[in-house]
Amino acid sequence: MMSELALSPGLILILGGLLIPFASARQRLGLLLGLPALTLGAVWWLPDGSLLTLPFLDYVLEPVRSTAEGRLFATVFSIMAFAGGLYAHRQASRTELSAAFVYAGSAIGVTFAGDLLTLFVFWEIMALGSTVVVWSAGGVSAYRAGLRYLLVHLLGGVVLMVGIVAQVVETGSLAFQAMQPDSLATQLILIGFLVNAGAPPLSAWIADAYPEASPSGTVFLSAFTTKTAVFTLLVGFPGADVLIPIGLYMVFYGIIYALLENDMRRILAYSIVNQVGFMVVAIGIGTPMALNGAAAHAFAHIIYKALLLMSAGSVLLMTGKRKCTDLGGLFQSMPITAINGIIGALAISAFPFTSGFISKSLETQAAADQGLLWVWMLLVAASAGVFLHAGIKFPWFVFFQKDSGMRPPDPPTNLRNAMWLFSFLCIALGLYPQPLYAILPYPVDYQPYTIEHLVTQLQLLLFAGFAFFVMLKQMRRTLTISLDFDWFYRKFFKEIGKEFTGRTSAARAAQEQRMLGKAQRLIDNLYVHHGPRGVLARSWPLGSMVIWVAALLGFSLLLYYL
Amino acid sequence: MKTSQPVSGGEKPDQGRRHWLYRTENLPKLWVIQILVLLLALLPEAFVHHHPHFLDQGFALDAGLGFYAWYGFLSCAGMVALAKVLGIFLKRKDTYYDE
Repeated sequence: MMSELALSPGLILILGGLLIPFASARQRLGLLLGLPALTLGAVWWLPDGSLLTLPFLDYVLEPVRSTAEGRLFATVFSIMAFAGGLYAHRQASRTELSAAFVYAGSAIGVTFAGDLLTLFVFWEIMALGSTVVVWSAGGVSAYRAGLRYLLVHLLGGVVLMVGIVAQVVETGSLAFQAMQPDSLATQLILIGFLVNAGAPPLSAWIADAYPEASPSGTVFLSAFTTKTAVFTLLVGFPGADVLIPIGLYMVFYGIIYALLENDMRRILAYSIVNQVGFMVVAIGIGTPMALNGAAAHAFAHIIYKALLLMSAGSVLLMTGKRKCTDLGGLFQSMPITAINGIIGALAISAFPFTSGFISKSLETQAAADQGLLWVWMLLVAASAGVFLHAGIKFPWFVFFQKDSGMRPPDPPTNLRNAMWLFSFLCIALGLYPQPLYAILPYPVDYQPYTIEHLVTQLQLLLFAGFAFFVMLKQMRRTLTISLDFDWFYRKFFKEIGKEFTGRTSAARAAQEQRMLGKAQRLIDNLYVHHGPRGVLARSWPLGSMVIWVAALLGFSLLLYYL
Repeated sequence: MKTSQPVSGGEKPDQGRRHWLYRTENLPKLWVIQILVLLLALLPEAFVHHHPHFLDQGFALDAGLGFYAWYGFLSCAGMVALAKVLGIFLKRKDTYYDE
């Protein structure tokens, strides 16, 4: 089927986002809330299948392909843009709002891409938009973090592009469909996707760049890049075994680094890697139940992670502090921020009656159904670890622990409303998961609310919490950061560069000295002969002149006689 | 809930005006409440029957008494210990990358 009018729903946010800087304050709120609503409508209005085909060289582009997976991700991206716009509209700069909407729109563009070239174009717009969001925070550290972020993503983009070209050469088709990483082309495409998912070894970009953005910027950033990568993995590489160990590494990397971390938003950034790790494992398992789990988890995750970062962003906005060592006791004067932060923390920990409970359990259940004993054991341990590193650690160190003495009020209304909206969604999805289950890519035959599941999950989480308080002394916050792979490009290569500069400039100085010495000797030689006392510059006595003239005259006389 | 405590907090906290969570005499009570909640969570072990997931592989630990409780506790304790050990090698002052 083909319709001349079909355009990617992502374009609504991209083009609308470019209008934001020119709108008045009132119009801007209308755009910020209206554009995502319009996009959501378009996402559900478009019928299934490829809606637009464009010939391109010898190939066919399908810029608008509507699928169940794409719709699910585009839906939550639209909801996220709506709540993010509400959260940001009074505090964020116009540049940030505009860039965030272009970024969100290009993420939606990826979810509707039917061919690899369209996907790549939106993928790169996403990298640029998100970099501008990081830069909008202003300041040197945001500028540098944004630049590092951009370089990582451009590198990932280049790998992806090479993979796409190789794939087209090998198969003659640009279609974006399920692949296996069994050729160099598909392996490069997989690596390109994994860079954006925060997979090792380049996981550090998430915790490096996201916490440098503004309070609202981090909320936008947490949602789109990594989850778009989850979408492309879900469609492109379902059941690729290599994703299971990669995902497990990400799960525990996130937990360990979050436990070591002192910056509250960086804790939550590490926890993004942890959560995406669960989804990557599920995609690697690849059964319909596991893929449903990855999709449902991504949907729920975007909402509760944004909620957590909205809560953290409110704290940053009202106190100007971001380190756990400076925070504490804020529940007394910021009760609304604390309650919403706790709801987000419970949801990420998959507490019963929250969105995490009904989504993440699909993934662990899928591992059990496939008889993957070790994967299941590690995922259960990691579920307990999520409560430990995000579920308790974040609210405890920000809102409780020691009393910092600060008494800032709750944030302005628009921030509070955005938090309430997402808290509502976290609990509503937990209590009533059927609407989410209904839009998953495969039919769902799973009942999350059994007595056994409730009891075991509560035991797991409560005893994880007990471990937290028993070992609280071991987790005393320190004014530290943790070395990661970014050490190589932030320190190692820099030091090598410094060393190289130092040594080459020393060598150059020595060479210059030698040449100067040579020139000096030459000058000295000339001086000996041509200087004021040199043989050739001496003044001649009058007597010798007369003798020489007489000799010359005598000589010419002689010649004359001859 | 709100107190008019000065921002600096003071070296000798005024116990009477602090929030009850921060009063030292309430600390034992908080521990008792936590242990009671944990015991309450273990209570259903008496009548809930667990289904083992991996019986065909000869693994039935997950159906044992309080598996999720001790496994959750031990894995978290293990992760905290692991983080502590890795922290020795990985932690740097937070001005490490600044010039």
